[in-house]
Amino acid sequence: MSNRKLLIENVHVEGYDTFDVYRKHGGYRSVEKALKSMTPDEVVEEVKKSGLRGRGGAGFPTGMKWSFLAKPEGVQRHLVCNADESEPGTFKDRYLMEKNPHLLIEGMITSSYALGANLSFIYIRGEFMYILHILEKAIDEAYAKGFLGKNILGSGYDLDLRVAPGGGAYICGEETALLESLEGKRGNPRMKPPFPAVKGLWGNPTVVNNVESIAAVVPIVNDGGEEYAKIGIDRSTGTKLISASGNLVRPGVYEIELGLSVEEFIYGDDYCRGIANGKKLKACVPGGSSVPILPHFLVTKTAAGADRLMTYESLADGGFATGSMLGSGGFIVFDEDQCIVRNTWNFARFYSHESCGQCSPCREGTGWMEKVLHRLEHGHGNMRDIELLEEINKKIEGNTICPLGDAAAWPVAAAIRHFRDEFEWHVNEPQQAQTRNYGLITQPSVAV
Amino acid sequence: MIKVTIDDIEIEVEPGTTILNAARQAGGDIVPPAMCYYSKLPGTGGKCRTCLVEVAAGSTADPRPMPKLVASCSTAVMDGMIVKNKTSERVHNNRGGVVEFLLINHPLDCPICDQAGECHLQDLGYEHGSAKTRYEEKRRTYDPIDIGNKIKLHMNRCILCYRCVHVANQLTDKRVHGVLHRGEHAEISTYIENAIENDFSGNMIDVCPVGALTDKTFRFKSRVWFLKPMEAECSCTKCSGKAVVWMFGNEIYRVTARKDKYGEVENIDDKAAWICNDCRYDKKDTSKWNIIGPRSINRHSVISQGKYKTFMDKEQKKIS
Repeated sequence: MSNRKLLIENVHVEGYDTFDVYRKHGGYRSVEKALKSMTPDEVVEEVKKSGLRGRGGAGFPTGMKWSFLAKPEGVQRHLVCNADESEPGTFKDRYLMEKNPHLLIEGMITSSYALGANLSFIYIRGEFMYILHILEKAIDEAYAKGFLGKNILGSGYDLDLRVAPGGGAYICGEETALLESLEGKRGNPRMKPPFPAVKGLWGNPTVVNNVESIAAVVPIVNDGGEEYAKIGIDRSTGTKLISASGNLVRPGVYEIELGLSVEEFIYGDDYCRGIANGKKLKACVPGGSSVPILPHFLVTKTAAGADRLMTYESLADGGFATGSMLGSGGFIVFDEDQCIVRNTWNFARFYSHESCGQCSPCREGTGWMEKVLHRLEHGHGNMRDIELLEEINKKIEGNTICPLGDAAAWPVAAAIRHFRDEFEWHVNEPQQAQTRNYGLITQPSVAV
Repeated sequence: MIKVTIDDIEIEVEPGTTILNAARQAGGDIVPPAMCYYSKLPGTGGKCRTCLVEVAAGSTADPRPMPKLVASCSTAVMDGMIVKNKTSERVHNNRGGVVEFLLINHPLDCPICDQAGECHLQDLGYEHGSAKTRYEEKRRTYDPIDIGNKIKLHMNRCILCYRCVHVANQLTDKRVHGVLHRGEHAEISTYIENAIENDFSGNMIDVCPVGALTDKTFRFKSRVWFLKPMEAECSCTKCSGKAVVWMFGNEIYRVTARKDKYGEVENIDDKAAWICNDCRYDKKDTSKWNIIGPRSINRHSVISQGKYKTFMDKEQKKIS
């Protein structure tokens, strides 16, 4: 399979984060093309044609999201870039912004033009302060060269772009909590409806997009949406940044064409080159900590026996029973020495810590799950606890204001679904569970 | 007007009405419980998730059911919407789950809590809770703090409905009362135990659905069901002066606003009849009030058990 890179191809070029070098390599072409030869609606149309799906995790078609934007007369519109990347296992946006800041800014200008926004924001995670400085430097350069500010390239289009740091809360990656935080309030998700496309930042229609989605607009406008849609399979078009971590020979950020097989990604020479230290694969979380975990026999093959591919559809094949999600592309791999109970507890602890505390199921449920899992992991659990976890899960899932509740519930539900033996072993052999790991689970003889 | 069906009862309501308010217009037991929504406080609702209902059909135009349960307090009705509350097993299960979540860290100190008898969490627990807890861990605890010299905050009992925050928001521009921390460590607090300097701050006690905010002039004085609630009015320059005085013999033990059956302050002349701190804390003398007559209390409430007959009961007895 060919491996085209659209987002991080030139990042190793010396000085690529400066305007001049970036421009020499064809940067800001999309701004020129869009502002000089296209109407905003034509840009939206190209993005629709490209089939680009939101890269932040939910995978909602970006073009469709843009077309939902309300456009009342005389009301300002905003584009907000969600750079609050804080999902455990996901670090692709950080890499992109650090190495290729001008691509994001170029994407912001082109996308803002398409949406008719004159004031746009990049909301960046507070811990990424050094990236904030990189972005601000890049924005200053863009202002100096006339790509931002009043009357960009003589087209009559004005755009101001600001970078705003958050306080470092995971919940502020949820789009309405992000808007609250950007307005200077406590980052609590809002009730929906109204959706941000109707009432967003300061009550104005707002589109919130992930860093990678906005960056992908650049090649879409440059080469045309149809050309972009040729990459990938079916409804999973284009390239995707995958941040691979865990027990891999070569972890890191990879740009892949969607449709690459998972096997190739884990074991291929161009990618992660297999499991480190000659160990065996035990489990894999393919899309960041909030998606369901897959046991080794479901990672490279679906339950039906087909090859599992890095696409939205293939990873979700089998639903939650035997599938997972592409999510944000945080690809975490576990070898046979890792403890799933401990890992599940770790995730649960994260969600409990990051819950905003606004709605009861999430506030109380995530904390409860964390405590029960802590008990199981430390050898004080009993069989009832496993049923209890499943029960708590069901009561959180779908009953919360924002998707954080679901994100907290799914990994625990999936871990129990696939690794029940290991949980029960923790209950039955608490002494052993403290000193060694369970090892690989066996594949059930009957397909689930 | 648009038509909506809630638990097989068809109602016509104004467009834009929420499911909860539509159900309240119909009345009866199809009304979902609401712990955080307060119709007199704009912006409340959506947080406690006890009012979750099932939408079996979105509207006439789009009759697909909604995949998730929705918060009835913040979801507007559509024409032809079919809502299931009481008739849905799913709603019942999930509401039970929410009540369990609300109770796991609740101290269950009803025997010494001043709110007992008029506590919404008690009602909810009675209806949906289970007899035993499955929570084996230590409950989170806080020390009670004073918010001003008249209000005591027991954070242990709080369910974080945010109602008091909304009251505080509307009272003063310089908000000093809000939520600190995050997740299960979230707590209501004031800026370094400051008090809100406002004549209407006492209304935070009235909106509190549980015993987290209590009136320091009434704490531990009496159980509410030993008291007689009497409608009373006084001439007050700050508020409407229309209140309920809770009496024991000829003594006034406490003063609250007039609350309707959903525990919300009643509208008098189309305005929510909040009462001021002077009426609430300082007028504990019968000479300061013109006592109109007994307050009508739901006959299922513990307050109307035994001690106290409503005006209507007496009238009915006379007729028979």
